[in-house]
Amino acid sequence: MSRLEVRHVRKAFGGLEVLADISLRVDAGEFVSILGPSGAGKSTLFQLLTGAEHGEGEMFFDGAPLDDHGRHFAFMPQRDALMPWRRILDNTTLGLEVQGVHRKAARSRVAPLFAEFGLAGFERHFPAQLSGGMRQRAALLRTVVQERDMLLLDEPFGALDALTRAAMQRWLEQMWRHYRWTALLITHDVREAVFLSDRIYVLSARPARVVREIKVPLPRPRDPAGARQSGILEAEILDILLNLQPSKGHDHD
Amino acid sequence: MASSSFNPRHLAGLFAQAAPAVISIGLLLVAWELYVNHSGIKPTVLPAPSRVLEQAMLNRDALLDNAIPTIRATLIGFACSLSAAFALSMLVDFFQPLRRALFPVFIVSQTLPLVAIAPLVVLWFGFGLTPKIMLVALVTFFPMLVALVQGYEATEVEIGQMLRSMGAGRWRVFWLARLPSALPYFFAGLRISITYAVVGAIFAEYAGAAKGLGIYMLNAKNNFRPDLVLAAVGVSAALTLVLFGLTVLLQHLAMPWERAAGRQTAGKGPHA
Ligand SMILES: Nc1ncnc2c1ncn2[C@@H]1O[C@H](COP(=O)(O)OP(=O)(O)OP(=O)(O)O)[C@@H](O)[C@H]1O
Ligand SMILES: [Mg+2]
Repeated sequence: MSRLEVRHVRKAFGGLEVLADISLRVDAGEFVSILGPSGAGKSTLFQLLTGAEHGEGEMFFDGAPLDDHGRHFAFMPQRDALMPWRRILDNTTLGLEVQGVHRKAARSRVAPLFAEFGLAGFERHFPAQLSGGMRQRAALLRTVVQERDMLLLDEPFGALDALTRAAMQRWLEQMWRHYRWTALLITHDVREAVFLSDRIYVLSARPARVVREIKVPLPRPRDPAGARQSGILEAEILDILLNLQPSKGHDHD
Repeated sequence: MASSSFNPRHLAGLFAQAAPAVISIGLLLVAWELYVNHSGIKPTVLPAPSRVLEQAMLNRDALLDNAIPTIRATLIGFACSLSAAFALSMLVDFFQPLRRALFPVFIVSQTLPLVAIAPLVVLWFGFGLTPKIMLVALVTFFPMLVALVQGYEATEVEIGQMLRSMGAGRWRVFWLARLPSALPYFFAGLRISITYAVVGAIFAEYAGAAKGLGIYMLNAKNNFRPDLVLAAVGVSAALTLVLFGLTVLLQHLAMPWERAAGRQTAGKGPHA
């Protein structure tokens, strides 16, 4: 059964057509990625889902039209959006606080997860005192503790160096196997999409449409030893993305 | 790790930072003293710093007596303008059209020459505390308002978006994100305004007052006592420095994360 379903969604900012025609779905417990060139309109799609912007088309959650946006999604923005003035513990409880959970109760709910997120001992630190990878994990922890129906992750590892990113991808895959979150991930990184996802939607450059839906039949855990098979998939997707490039020329407005 | 108490190494750093300023002021005073001693200029024209200090000590009761009303006017006027600026900044943040309606008025208020306005305000409201408070508020209100409004605008877009996705309303977003984001701007504005505040109070007293550093300076000038004028100037400078120091201390205590950040990377943000 699909949890999220998006049908023929379009969005323009003034005269700028950003999303041309997006249809996709995410099933319960499925990890789906959206892969597309920079500026395609990927973050815009999340804005539509979270209700920050309004577009045309239909969006359903569990079969019902998506109107009360806030209830279903835990959203992690493209930049980590940690509040510099809050200690890590208080950053991670933010979503619960907004939901009306008492600060003390929120803290005791979040605290046991710090070890699993590699943040033990850093509860009282400020975000500026953490490394990039730790900040991302803190932002992710803030996202998942909201216990919403589905995660929306906008390039969670985009700002990290290659080594940290690889480590974070492995960590996230392992976490996902444990929690089986229903998740939609935006990324530029073909390898990341293949490594983490059950399915991938490849978007064209702006105005974005879905050019391909790709199943990733690789077994989990996705250990790097199975690299040969994923290598073939990665090459195929890269091909699709690169073949999109020439079309960029006549799309100019 | 990041405690909100004072750290001695940090204090030592502050002294090291202040040292060049102390040295340059010291040199200036020495040069002034030497010039007065060697040129034989009359003390009724230009008194030496040593004479100013000596007279300040002799007249310390009168100076203190006149400093208190100035301090009172400065602090009350500043508190009034701060509360008004805060209330209005919130209003402007929630109803953006208000900004276009009100800002031109406030900008005009900043172009009024204090020299001309001060006597009028005294004429209207008398020699008491009221006109002083009003003038202090007039000179400090707008800088504080602009600082706050700019600070709210500096809120990271993603933070607002994320809070709304969590279900936060406008008031919640203001309280959780916009207000804390404005703190660096607020303190930058505070440091500038507090110096204007003292000048504003003295100006108001100069235009007429029962007591105060401003009227003390005017009387000393009329009695051909530049040494006492300068002594009062010294007192007002000291007062300004103390208030400035207090705002720095306040920022230090109110924004512990800035110190935490400073320990890792060079500070970022809009601080002068
Ligand atoms: N609020 C807005 N008003 C006007 N234009 C916007 C707005 N938000 C986004 N855009 C435009 O929409 C286009 C797509 O932006 P979006 O952030 O969705 O891209 P993206 O695919 O997430 O890119 P990246 O991978 O670089 O993050 C861009 O050209 C951007 O300038
Ligand atoms: Mg984006």
